[in-house]
Amino acid sequence: MAFPKAQRWLLAALLLSGGASALSGSIDPYFLDVVMGVGVGIVLASSLNLINGFTGQFSLGHAGFMAVGAYTSAMLSTVVAPRTGLGPVALQWVFFPASLVAGGAVAALAGLAVGAPSLRLKGDYLAIVTLGFGEIIRVVLQNVDAVGGARGLTGVPAHTNLLWTFGTASLTVYTVWALLESTRGRGFLAVADDEVAAEAMGLDTTRYKITAFGIGSFFAGVAGGLYAHLKGYLNPGGFSFDKSIEIVVMVILGGMGRHAGVVFAAILLTLLPEGLRELGSRSIPNPFGGPAWSLDWIKDARMILYSLLLILLMLLRPEGLFHRRPSRMPSS
Amino acid sequence: MLEVQNLSVRYGAITALHGISLSVPAGGIVTLIGGNGAGKTTTLRAISGMVRPASGRIVFDGRDITGLPPHEIVRLGLAHSPEGRLVFANLTVMENLRMGAYLQRDARWIASELEHVFAMFPRLKERIDQAAGTLSGGEQQMLAIGRALMSRPRFLMLDEPSLGIAPLLVKEIFARLVELNRERSLPLLLVEQNAHLALEVSTHGYVLETGRVLLSDRSEVLRDSPQVRGAYLGG
Repeated sequence: MAFPKAQRWLLAALLLSGGASALSGSIDPYFLDVVMGVGVGIVLASSLNLINGFTGQFSLGHAGFMAVGAYTSAMLSTVVAPRTGLGPVALQWVFFPASLVAGGAVAALAGLAVGAPSLRLKGDYLAIVTLGFGEIIRVVLQNVDAVGGARGLTGVPAHTNLLWTFGTASLTVYTVWALLESTRGRGFLAVADDEVAAEAMGLDTTRYKITAFGIGSFFAGVAGGLYAHLKGYLNPGGFSFDKSIEIVVMVILGGMGRHAGVVFAAILLTLLPEGLRELGSRSIPNPFGGPAWSLDWIKDARMILYSLLLILLMLLRPEGLFHRRPSRMPSS
Repeated sequence: MLEVQNLSVRYGAITALHGISLSVPAGGIVTLIGGNGAGKTTTLRAISGMVRPASGRIVFDGRDITGLPPHEIVRLGLAHSPEGRLVFANLTVMENLRMGAYLQRDARWIASELEHVFAMFPRLKERIDQAAGTLSGGEQQMLAIGRALMSRPRFLMLDEPSLGIAPLLVKEIFARLVELNRERSLPLLLVEQNAHLALEVSTHGYVLETGRVLLSDRSEVLRDSPQVRGAYLGG
């Protein structure tokens, strides 16, 4: 088994993140912000891949779990941290990771609370339940004044750095990978392939689904914490249905249940809006004379592009960009 | 070995089984025959815990297993090879077989049983690293049976092993099943549309119709019964 090799990769990735983090003072802040956003995207996409890709469930509420983690860790940092009397170093290196884990844990609990009753159902019910959950979270956050309500939560300290983002990203990818390679890990794939057959083999399919959902939600929560301490500001609108769809697109584009493909898709789709913003700030000369044509509309074309991308992908490569295994055969 | 008493199953408002009773003796081969919608598959699914019976009792090896979840029933040694060869299409042949041994801990037993499955169905060994979804129908059925054997069953239920398979392969698969039953005295409960073949290999048969047991007898008696001949054996 390639276990030790994978652990070496994990170690290398962690060291690299640490090294890059130490040098981050000399990196352009805008670029740094984008790169860390990529790291958060990888955490989100890989964790959703465990649920939607490998285990074959369909969650549309990943942004909701991300929001739970984001608000939990942000509240810890803004309300609890100042009262602990810890210095800035201890805050960033001890309190912050603890708050990330706490955010993840609360998100996982929310995941279990949503998942336990709905994962017993088969088919598309989960998609509807998780969609509803995501919206409920957003509406609640919008209306609870203690977390800033619709104004948002401000003053979140900027603890997120390259080490925390890419350390978490590497750990997420590694955890999902190790989980699937473990002796019982093939069970996730079996549940995705055929639930009835998996049951007939003696797999407790509900437990598999709940495990996938719990772990996936945990990392979504951690990603939320990273995001909160990266942007310094949380707004319930940032965790809307659009965000969940964005993560789903990453998983589908990467090829449901491909480790590397989904990481690549996360990088691509996190950079895409930045590229569009850059493009949107330009204009093309008007061939008929007169004022140049502005490309400003492109900035807002992200969701249109995602939709087109999905349609094209479903038509041309329904198995995702990076899928190798044969797609499912029609049964009998 | 297996006693089903007065089993009823409802899907919402529809009653699929109206109190059927059947028994499979140790080492026997029992077949359930009947047309579409007679309740054959439902019976197997109720026995393996995938659907919850509305009433009745299922006793396996002296133990009441009514209402137990499927993974606990498999643990007791009752294996179910579901209808339509539900192999894990995206897993390889080897991964499918290993999935069958999901509850087994003894690595040496798993290795020797794998050899046995490959000896029984040499084609599976040829396709060991191939994704199961790319196998032919007959090969998938062999895999489904092999996978069921990997769960170390003391009792095996097979749902329509002949469905959509070339006649020559069906003969081969049934021959292997009979061997299996003889060599290990492994009891089989066989659901079949192909009544002719099923009554040939089995010792006892039950004829189901719209959720009730219409007839039950030794297989050779059923084979000669004018009622069965007319309805299921084509005259």
